[in-house]
Parts: sequence; C-alpha cells; structure tokens
Amino acid sequence: MDQIGGDLRLVSLRKEFGDFVAVDNIDILIPKGSFFALLGPSGCGKTTTLRMVAGLELPTAGQILIGDHDIASLKPYNRPVNTVFQSYALFPHLDIYENVAFGLRRRGVKDVATQVEAMLSLVELDAFARRKPSQLSGGQQQRVALARALINRPEVLLLDEPLGALDLKLRRQMQLELKRIQTEVGITFVHVTHDQEEAMTMADTIAVMNQGKVEQLGSPMDLYENPKTTFVANFLGQSNLLTGEVMDRGDFVGVKVWGNHIKIPASRVATTNAKVWVGVRPEKIYISAESNHAHDHLGNQLIGTVLERSYIGVSTQFIVEIPGFLDDEKIMVFEQNVDASEVKAGDRVRISWDPSHTFALDAKQDAYAGDVLAEAE
Amino acid sequence: MNWIRKNIIMIVGLLVLFYMFIPVFVVIALSFNEPKSRLTYTFDKFTFDNWLHPCSGAEAMCPAVMVSLKIGLISTIGATILGTLMAYALMRYRFRGKGVANLLLFLPMASPEVVLGSSLLTLFVSASFPLGFWTILIAHIMFCLSFVVVTVKARLAGMDPRLEQAAMDLYANEWQTFRRITLPLLAPGIASAALLSFSLSFDDFIVTNFNSGSTVTFPMFVWGSAQRGIPPQVNVIGSAVFLIALAIVVLGQIIGARKRKALAA
Repeated sequence: MDQIGGDLRLVSLRKEFGDFVAVDNIDILIPKGSFFALLGPSGCGKTTTLRMVAGLELPTAGQILIGDHDIASLKPYNRPVNTVFQSYALFPHLDIYENVAFGLRRRGVKDVATQVEAMLSLVELDAFARRKPSQLSGGQQQRVALARALINRPEVLLLDEPLGALDLKLRRQMQLELKRIQTEVGITFVHVTHDQEEAMTMADTIAVMNQGKVEQLGSPMDLYENPKTTFVANFLGQSNLLTGEVMDRGDFVGVKVWGNHIKIPASRVATTNAKVWVGVRPEKIYISAESNHAHDHLGNQLIGTVLERSYIGVSTQFIVEIPGFLDDEKIMVFEQNVDASEVKAGDRVRISWDPSHTFALDAKQDAYAGDVLAEAE
Repeated sequence: MNWIRKNIIMIVGLLVLFYMFIPVFVVIALSFNEPKSRLTYTFDKFTFDNWLHPCSGAEAMCPAVMVSLKIGLISTIGATILGTLMAYALMRYRFRGKGVANLLLFLPMASPEVVLGSSLLTLFVSASFPLGFWTILIAHIMFCLSFVVVTVKARLAGMDPRLEQAAMDLYANEWQTFRRITLPLLAPGIASAALLSFSLSFDDFIVTNFNSGSTVTFPMFVWGSAQRGIPPQVNVIGSAVFLIALAIVVLGQIIGARKRKALAA
C-alpha cells in the first residue's frame, strides 16, 4: 500500500444506479499535491465520484489510478485515501483522542501517542483529547474529522462538503484554515462542494460538474473569466447573455447583437456556430450618462435606459434596458461604490466594456442552465 | 376543586399504576405468609422462613427454577447472538430472500402461542426428536429470535451508516468495523433484546408445555401446584424475579442519567 503514490487519475469513470447514470464517463487528472475541487449542484455526480475514489461505491466502468496503480476495485481499507465526511461521522462512543488514533491503531503503527498529540495541536484541540464528540462545537468536530483523516498521511484526502454544517463566518475561517493545512502537509486534496465561492477560494483547479459530466475544468480565474458553457457562465457568478450572430472572423470576431456591433477576441469564442450567446460579466461593464464619452476607448458599447438602480453597500446594481433587445435580455451592471454614481433610474445611459472581457458561447445551449435563481422559479 | 382539576391526570395515573401493581403487592405479601393449610390464600402469619429456606417445603420447585434459569440463559445467549447477526445482515446487506426472511421473522410474533407450540410438537414428534430440555431450548430460541431481530434492527436503523464507512475508510476491515464501531454502538439495543429474551423464556408456559416431555420448568411447576394450592415459596421466587428486574431497570436509569450528565458537563 505504501508504494502507491503519484497523481490521481480518473479514466472513463462511470457509475449507474439502475437506469440512472450518476457519473457519465468522466476523465480527470489531479496532480499530486494540488487542491482540487469538484463543483456542481446537488445530484450532479460529484459526491458519487468522491465515494468511488474512497471505495464506498464500486464504479460501473472505468479506472481510478493513483500513479500507475488502479485502485478502483480495492476495499476502502486497502486504499491510501482518507475521507472527511459530510457531518463528520465521528465515532460517538470514542473520545477525541481515540477518534484521531483510530486509523493508526488499525494499521498497527507504533508511536500512536506522539502522532496523535502532534495532530491535535495542529488543529488546536490538545485540551479536548478526552472529550466525547458530542461535547464539541460544530467547528471543533470539523477539525477532529480533519485530524482523524490527515494523521494517516493519505496520498489523497477527500472532503465531502466538509464546511456545509458550519455558519457563514466559521466557514470563511475554515476555508483559509483548510488551505493553510493543505499547503503545509502537501497532500492532494479533493474537495466536493456546491458552493462556488468556497471552491474558488481554496482550489487550484476546479472541475465544474453537471448531470454526471465535467462541464469545464480549469483554474478559478479561467472558469470565471472565460467560461466555455452557459452552465459555467451562470453557475459561477452571474453573466449577461445576449443573442448574437457572427458576422466576420479574424483576430477579433465581429458579432451583431440586435443591430449593435460587438467585438470578441477569437480565443474567447467557444463555438464555430454562427448563432452565439454573447456574454459579459456585470462587474466588467462601465455605466455613464449618454453624454459622457470617457469609456468610448474600451470598444464595446450600447445605449439604453436604466430600469432599476439598487444600492447594496459594496456596489450599486443597475438593470439597463436596451431598445430592440428581448425582454429577458436586460443588462445587469455592477458598479463599485468609489464615487457617487451620476446615474439614476430612468436615465439614458451609455454602457461600455472591453472586448477582452467578452465571451461567446454556442447558442444551442440553454441560456438559463446553471442559473440558480432561474431554475428555482 | 381547583386542586383536583390541576392534578386530575396525576391522580388518575397513580390510580391506574396502583391497580396494575396490586397483583405484585399480593405476591410480595404472600411470600411472607405462613399458611395453616395448603389450600388457603389468606394471610395467616408473618414469617421470614420462606425467604430463608425457599427450597425446603416445596421440594420440586428449586430444580424447576434451575431448569428455567438454565433454559433462559442459554436461549438468551443463543437468540441474542443469532438475532444480532441476522438484524445486521438484514439492515446492511442486499441479498436474495431478504423480504421473505423479514416476513418469516415476524410470523412467530404474530401467531398465537398455542399454534406455535402445537406445530412445534408435530415437528418434533414426526422427526422422532425426544421431547425434553433440548426441545424447550430450541422452541425458546425460535420465538426469542424474532424479538431480538426487531429490537436490534430498530437500533441499527437509528445508526448513521457513515460511521461504519468512516471506520472502513480508516483501515478497519469488516470484522474490525463490526467489533469496534457497530457492536459498541448497538450494545444498548442488544442488552435490552437480551433482557427481553430472558423474561420471555423464563415465564413462557404455553409453548413450553407442548414440548417439554417430562422436563418441568418453573411456570409448569406453578401451574401444576396451583391445582393443589400454591406453596408460599413460589411467591418468594416471583417476588425475587420482580425485584431483580426492578433493580436492573433502576440501575440502567442511573447509568443513563450519569452518562447524560457527563456529556452535558
């Protein structure tokens, strides 16, 4: 077992439950020592994927490789992999010390005491060694679960929504804590979450999953700045998606949006189709009075009317109606509150953004895929 | 008037409890009785003799108690071990015939004891199995099993399967997981199943009577002597069983309360 090591690779991994395909032939490479996140809505197959790596679910087909070893058919206790379970699954009848020592004792390791004490001080729980799990707070239990898994120095640590049960403030704190510990121990972390902010804060690489498939894989910045599908564009943050038609292709692709000409760098056009969704993030757009030409140099510009203006502290959000656009193509603009905004509801405005902040997606995709608000309606 | 209205539930409750415990009080009282004749149930004279020498005066009783204790203990152990393993299999594994097994386990609880006893007798006789200690034991393990499975299954249902998965994830194989995690967490359920088994076995009369041959258990002895007048020593055994059961329950409560207190601290 000890000689197994290296990158974690999922090769054509598939899991069916009866007729339902939970995980649909995914291929993922997770480099050794990286912090990797599987991100997606509930039911997207991310937890099933994690459970297959842990050995708690047998794949229908495919391979799970650590280095060159296929571990897909090994029992959970024969894999160099440990899991931090959702809601922790601490052993209620054992105290904190014995919970953390559990893995070492099963493997017959000699210096249990020194290792457990060192691990408990890493997660700052030395004083609680003889308490039972039910006597600890949620955050403390979370740290015990982490210590119990990490003490075994696994090749891969799996985290199944580990922060889901914590309140917002504690969750922020634990995100940074987890990231610090991962950097310190250098173990590969695979983190399953439905919280895009959590994934982006911690992970080096994120795989966005939807309906058993990987929608897109990349760094948080990649995914956010240059989404390749409408699902990713909507699930990570918010996007304005506008109906467009490609007119000419070169270094920059020219797209017509209801008579307006929009430019997009060729590298940011994810499709060869003529019909596209033209996307731009709300915070990339500058908004100014129609008479103000300060942002004309940016390149992409539309003229419209402010329908709504809402002040929400860090930013002011505008909804702008552009003449000729469809009803659900009103444009959202988020403006940082640096100066008092000159624009009020009902004003005629000029909105401008840089072509390099624009992206184009295949118009065959559902414009509302992954949009949490639209899907809830 | 107001006082009655406020405490009516308490009063009715106490009355019902009193009503329920009258027979127990009578048994305890009669265990200190020194009757003038064998046929009287009236309290004639107070004495400690029955408690000090329970075996003298009713010579056949103590062997019968021993038989009952022996059968009770062995069938409790047998039914508890088998029933716990069966409950575990039924809750944690998928296999062919699982639904049928669940149904069959329910049958002994649902069918009248007379039917159970007579059909077992038919079985033993047609297999020409000699009636006696062993047939009683087999019958007792059979009907205790259902109660053990039901009790342990209920406990397992309330147990997060992720605890066992976590143990496997932490290098415990199937046996170690069962021994270190499942069994300790099931212990309260198993203990109550064992107590239930023992009391079911100890006081069973109907099924036992069909399958006993010439072996006499304590309930059969009581039944037999009831025709001629029950010796006061029977009340001693009855009171002792009641007091032991009470002691176990009180002890359980105290341990439980202490555990909760320790957890709350």
